[in-house]
Amino acid sequence: MTSVTEARPLTNSLTAGKLPPRSPLWVLLASWAVAAAFFAMLNLSGAVDGFNVVGTFVFGTVLYCVAIYVLSRLVEGSRKATDRLVTALVTAAFVIALLPLISIIYTTVVNGLPAFLTPTFFTSSQRNVVGAGGGVLHAITGTLLVTGVATLISVPIGLLASIYLVEYGRGRLARAITFFVDVMTGIPSIVAGLFAFALFALLFNDPGIRFGFGGSIALSVLMIPVVVRSSEEMLKLVPNELREAAFALGVPKWLTILKVVLPTSIAGIVTGVMLSIARVIGETAPLLIIAGFTSSMNYDLFSERMMTLPVFVYTQYANQGADSQAYVDRAWAGALTLIVIVMLLNGLARLIAHWFSPKLGR
Amino acid sequence: MTTAAATTIKARQRPGDRIFSSATVIAGSVILAMLAAVAIFLLIESLPAFVADPSEFSGDVTNFWSYVGPLVFGTVYSAILALIMAVPVAIGIALFISHFAPRKLAQGLGYLIDLLAAVPSVVFGLWGITVLAPLVQPFYTTLVEWFGWFLPLSGPVSGTGRTILTVSVVLAVMILPIITAICREIFLQTPLLHEEAALALGATRWEMIRMAVLPFGLPGIISASMLGLGRALGETMAVAMVLSPSPEVFFQLLTSQNSNTIAANIALNFPEAHGVGVNILLATGLMLFIVTLLVNMLARVVINSRKAFSGAN
Repeated sequence: MTSVTEARPLTNSLTAGKLPPRSPLWVLLASWAVAAAFFAMLNLSGAVDGFNVVGTFVFGTVLYCVAIYVLSRLVEGSRKATDRLVTALVTAAFVIALLPLISIIYTTVVNGLPAFLTPTFFTSSQRNVVGAGGGVLHAITGTLLVTGVATLISVPIGLLASIYLVEYGRGRLARAITFFVDVMTGIPSIVAGLFAFALFALLFNDPGIRFGFGGSIALSVLMIPVVVRSSEEMLKLVPNELREAAFALGVPKWLTILKVVLPTSIAGIVTGVMLSIARVIGETAPLLIIAGFTSSMNYDLFSERMMTLPVFVYTQYANQGADSQAYVDRAWAGALTLIVIVMLLNGLARLIAHWFSPKLGR
Repeated sequence: MTTAAATTIKARQRPGDRIFSSATVIAGSVILAMLAAVAIFLLIESLPAFVADPSEFSGDVTNFWSYVGPLVFGTVYSAILALIMAVPVAIGIALFISHFAPRKLAQGLGYLIDLLAAVPSVVFGLWGITVLAPLVQPFYTTLVEWFGWFLPLSGPVSGTGRTILTVSVVLAVMILPIITAICREIFLQTPLLHEEAALALGATRWEMIRMAVLPFGLPGIISASMLGLGRALGETMAVAMVLSPSPEVFFQLLTSQNSNTIAANIALNFPEAHGVGVNILLATGLMLFIVTLLVNMLARVVINSRKAFSGAN
C-alpha cells in the first residue's frame, strides 16, 4: 500500500496577488479626496479661514505614496511595492519642477498685462517720466542693438571655430579648443561683464566707462561657446559620404565645406544661433556692469549709457520712485516682454529644426 | 595581398583652401585668447585691490581677504544648498523622462523642462521676491518654532522670507534644467542589453534602474551636479534681488541677516562704486572666475574621461 500524501496547494509566484490595473489612479483620487475632506473640515470648524488647495494636493500626494506602498506591499510583496513608490516619487519630482514654471508664467502675465497694454508702453521711453506712464522703447532698442552686434561678432567666430573642430582640427589645438569651449559655457555672466569693463577701462583709460558696445563684447563671450557647441553638433551630423562625393568630383575642400556641408546643416546651425540669442538676450548682470542704465533713447553703441530690457526690469524694481506701484507694474510688463521674446525665439528655433532638418534615413 | 602604399597623396593646396583653413584656425585661437584675456584683464584691474588702504573698505574690514571671505562663504553655502535640493529632483525628472514617461510624450516633456532654462534670471528674481518669499515665510516661522534649537534653523525668523534658504530654492529651480538635461542624456545611453538582462532576470523597473542605469550613470550625475554647482555659484540677479544681505558669515538659514554672494555683491554695489572700490569688486569677480573655472574644468575632465562609454557631454 502506498500512502497518499496530501498535495499541498502550490503558491504560484507568477500569478500571485496583483493590484487591479487602474488602482493607482483610484488610490490617488481617493487620497486627494481624503485630504480635501480633512481641509474642508478644518475650514468649517473655523480653525483656519479659507480652503487650503495647496495643502490638499501636497498632503493628498503624500498620502497616496503611503497608501500605494502599503496596499501593494500587502497584495504584491515588498519588491513591487518599492517599485510603485519610486514611480510615484519620480512622477512627483517632474510635477514639482513644473510648478515654478507655471507659477512664473502665470504671475508674469497677470502682473505684467496692465502696463503691457498701455498705449505708450512700446512707443515711448522713460525720459522725464515720474510715476505712471512711459515705456520701454529705449530698452527694446538697446537690447536689439546690443544683442544684434553680439550676434554679428559671435556667429562668424563660433561658426568658423566649429568648422575648424569638425573639418580641420586634429591634435592638441583642437582638443584644447573643445575643452575650453566647454569650460567657457560655465563662465558666470557677471564675470563676462567685468571682463568687458576691465578691458575697455584700460583701453580708454576711463575708470567709469559705460557704453553699449562693451555689452556686446560681454555677451559674445557668453554666446560664442554656445554657438560653437551647437554648430559642431550639427556639422558632425552631415554624412561623410557627401564630403567624399564632392572630393571625388575634384571639388576643393573649402568649396566642399561652403557648398555642401554648410547648406546641409544650415537649419540646425540657425536653430543653434537662435537658441544662443535666446540665452543671452535675458542676461542682466553683464549689461548692468558695462552698458549701465538710462531713461533716454540712445542709438549710439559707442558712447553713453544704453538701457536694455533685462536691466530695465531690474532698475524699475530696484529703484522705485514715489508712485512705487507704477514702477513695479512696469518691471513686470518688461519681464513679460522679455519672456515673450525668449519663448518666441525658442519656439521658432524648434520649428526651424523640425521643418528643415535633413531627413536622415532612419 | 597588397602592401599599403607608404606615400600619402597630398591634396593640392589652392589659395582658397589656405585662406579658409587659416580663417578657421584663427577663429579657434580667438576663443582661447578670449579666455586668457578674461583672466589677464581681470587680474590687471584687480591688482590695486590687493594692496588697497584699509580705509577703502567699509565697516571694520581692513584688507581684501577679510572682505571677500564672507562673500565666498555665502556663495558656496547658497550654491551647495541649492545643489542638495536640485540634484535628487533632477535625477527624478531625468528618470521620469527617460524610463517612466510614455515614449511619445518624453521629448515634449523634455522641452517643457528646457523652457525653465529659457526664463531670464531677472524674472526669477522678481518671482522669488514677490511670490516665493511671501509664500514660504509662514512655513519658516513654523520651522523656527519647532526646530529653533538646531543652529541653521535658529531664529529670529525673517519677516519677509528673503533669506538664504529662499535664494537657494530659486537657485535650485534655475539649475534644475541643466542637471536634468545631462542626466537624461546619460540615462538614455545605458546599454540596452544591461537593462534587458536585468528585466529578464525578473527585476522590477526600479530594480533594473538601480542595477543597470544608476551605476552606469553615476559619473555623469556627478559631473552634471558640478556643472549645476558652477551655474549656482555664478548666478547674479536672482540672488541680488531676493537676498537681504549682511557683510558677515551667518550659518542661519532663516534670519534676515545672510551672507551675500560674490556675484550679487558686485551687481548691487558696482553702479555706485568709484576709485579703488571698483578694483575691489573686480578682484572679487576674479575670485569667482577662478572658483567657477576650477569647478567647470573638474566636471569636464570627469565627463570626458567617460565619453568613450556614454557619448554624453
